[in-house]
Amino acid sequence: MLLITCPWCGPRDEIEFRWGGESHIRRPTLQSSPQDEEWADYLFYRKNPKGLHRERWVHEAGCGQWFNIARDTVSHEIVEVYRMGEAHGQAERGKRP
Amino acid sequence: MNWYSGLNLIAQGLRGHRGWEPAWRSATPKPRYDVIIVGGGGHGLATAYYLARNHGVTNVAVIEKGWIGGGNSGRNTTVIRSNYYYRESADLYEFSLKLYERLARELNYNIMFSQRGMIVTAHSRHDMELSARWAGAMRRNGVDTDMLDVSEIADRVPALNVSPRARFPVVGGFVQKRAGTARHDAVVWGYARAASALGVDIVEGCEVKGFVRSPSGSVVGIETSMGRIVADKVGMAVAGHSSVLAGMAGFRLPVTSYALQAFVSEPLKPALDTVVLSLATGMYISQSDKGGLVIGGGLDRYSSYAQRGNAPVIRDVVGSVAEQFPPFRRVRLLRHWAGIVDVVPDSSPVIGETPVPGLYLNCGWGTGGFKAIPVGGWTLAHHIATGTPHPVARPFQLERFKTGALIDEAAASGIAH
Ligand SMILES: Cc1cc2nc3c(=O)[nH]c(=O)nc-3n(C[C@H](O)[C@H](O)[C@H](O)COP(=O)(O)OP(=O)(O)OC[C@H]3O[C@@H](n4cnc5c(N)ncnc54)[C@H](O)[C@@H]3O)c2cc1C
Ligand SMILES: [Zn+2]
Repeated sequence: MLLITCPWCGPRDEIEFRWGGESHIRRPTLQSSPQDEEWADYLFYRKNPKGLHRERWVHEAGCGQWFNIARDTVSHEIVEVYRMGEAHGQAERGKRP
Repeated sequence: MNWYSGLNLIAQGLRGHRGWEPAWRSATPKPRYDVIIVGGGGHGLATAYYLARNHGVTNVAVIEKGWIGGGNSGRNTTVIRSNYYYRESADLYEFSLKLYERLARELNYNIMFSQRGMIVTAHSRHDMELSARWAGAMRRNGVDTDMLDVSEIADRVPALNVSPRARFPVVGGFVQKRAGTARHDAVVWGYARAASALGVDIVEGCEVKGFVRSPSGSVVGIETSMGRIVADKVGMAVAGHSSVLAGMAGFRLPVTSYALQAFVSEPLKPALDTVVLSLATGMYISQSDKGGLVIGGGLDRYSSYAQRGNAPVIRDVVGSVAEQFPPFRRVRLLRHWAGIVDVVPDSSPVIGETPVPGLYLNCGWGTGGFKAIPVGGWTLAHHIATGTPHPVARPFQLERFKTGALIDEAAASGIAH
């Protein structure tokens, strides 16, 4: 069970949130005339790390805002929460920023 | 290897059961093999078995970091079915179901496959439309199924609350009669024993930590906790750890690892003689030969390698049982656990080549690969031995994420198994 600190609403139970997968994925720009491989990478391929994962969550049953979390996928420890567009810290697995 | 039969049981009994041998040889790795399979789950062991049995490739090792069947193959709810939507999937899972139908005989191992049928219940007009579409697709693909009305379901599953006043009233559904359950450990042990008898080395407690690469970049072996082992070809069937192994070989996969939970109750007298899956809640339930209710539901909602369950899903699944099966309300759970499953965007498997020459892949079964152990092993063995995909596995290449030829079975496999 996770206790997630929404940047706007504070600490709330995980059932109020929805997980949105890996953060910081860059959409190919059309100027670069992306090939199938780039689209596949953008749409489907993921890091899926065993360890620290930077991921998006939305406070669905609360303020409705999307934000980022750095979470360890083995211990489920949340080591960092930051807003969309905000630069992330140097969080590493097991260390708090 | 001892042959298992009634006669041999009596003969052994007369000698005080002192003549039984271990079902498989536990091996220490040789320095070199023709083929190494990473992952001693059902898919890895079946691949090794069919390499030996179908292709005569017997200088094979299965490398397992823990114990065989300690992953999802020993953690699943054992439902076997072929009620998928697309023709490609029907061909694949039906191939598997047919192999299961004669597997106990072939392996000389009682896998306790019981074709008790699986009923999918619909709870609204929309569910009913979905069911009719699903059943229609199955028939078109040559897989037998029947639509059911409420009274047929009530007769077949007396414990289910079908009342119009229920929280989830049942309005109908469909059944695949040849679906059923089997003993998961027996499938793992049966393949291990049969593979071992053909000369395959089964190495437990040996973790793969990296790949050995040739100057041209192809995989020519593995680095393990027991040292380096070289091989002409390496196959991997590591389910939830597919991305980790791919990372060691320097590529990514379209896989996300999630925890999937299951539950088993205290043993009861026979109360449920089929598998029931509810479209309303995603909960599914059957009763094992020991009497325990075996219960499953949806995935935990965020990626995980933790191999333990999460409270909100426990509440949802157990709540569904209590709501839909009133007689089971006061039954106590005995155990619950989770496995780490490998989910791909179209909920269909990947069986074939990787971007790295010499390395082959079997993954992406997600929540539903127990039923596919025979076909997963059969087709990966074919690809490794012959260098070309087996016809039923051809649509299931990694390539499809680039070409866009996805086989999107989310509706048929997203929740249940
Ligand atoms: C709770 C639950 C319920 C399920 N219910 C059903 C069901 O009813 N019907 C159905 O068809 N499917 C079901 N499934 C899915 C099914 O269990 C899996 O798809 C299937 O067992 C996968 O088999 P596998 O051999 O690929 O993987 P696994 O059995 O997980 O085997 C992979 C093995 O690889 C090993 N490994 C990992 N990393 C390494 C390494 N670095 N070195 C060496 N070894 C390594 C692991 O230890 C593991 O033993 C369920 C799964 C779960 C978790
Ligand atoms: Zn909020």
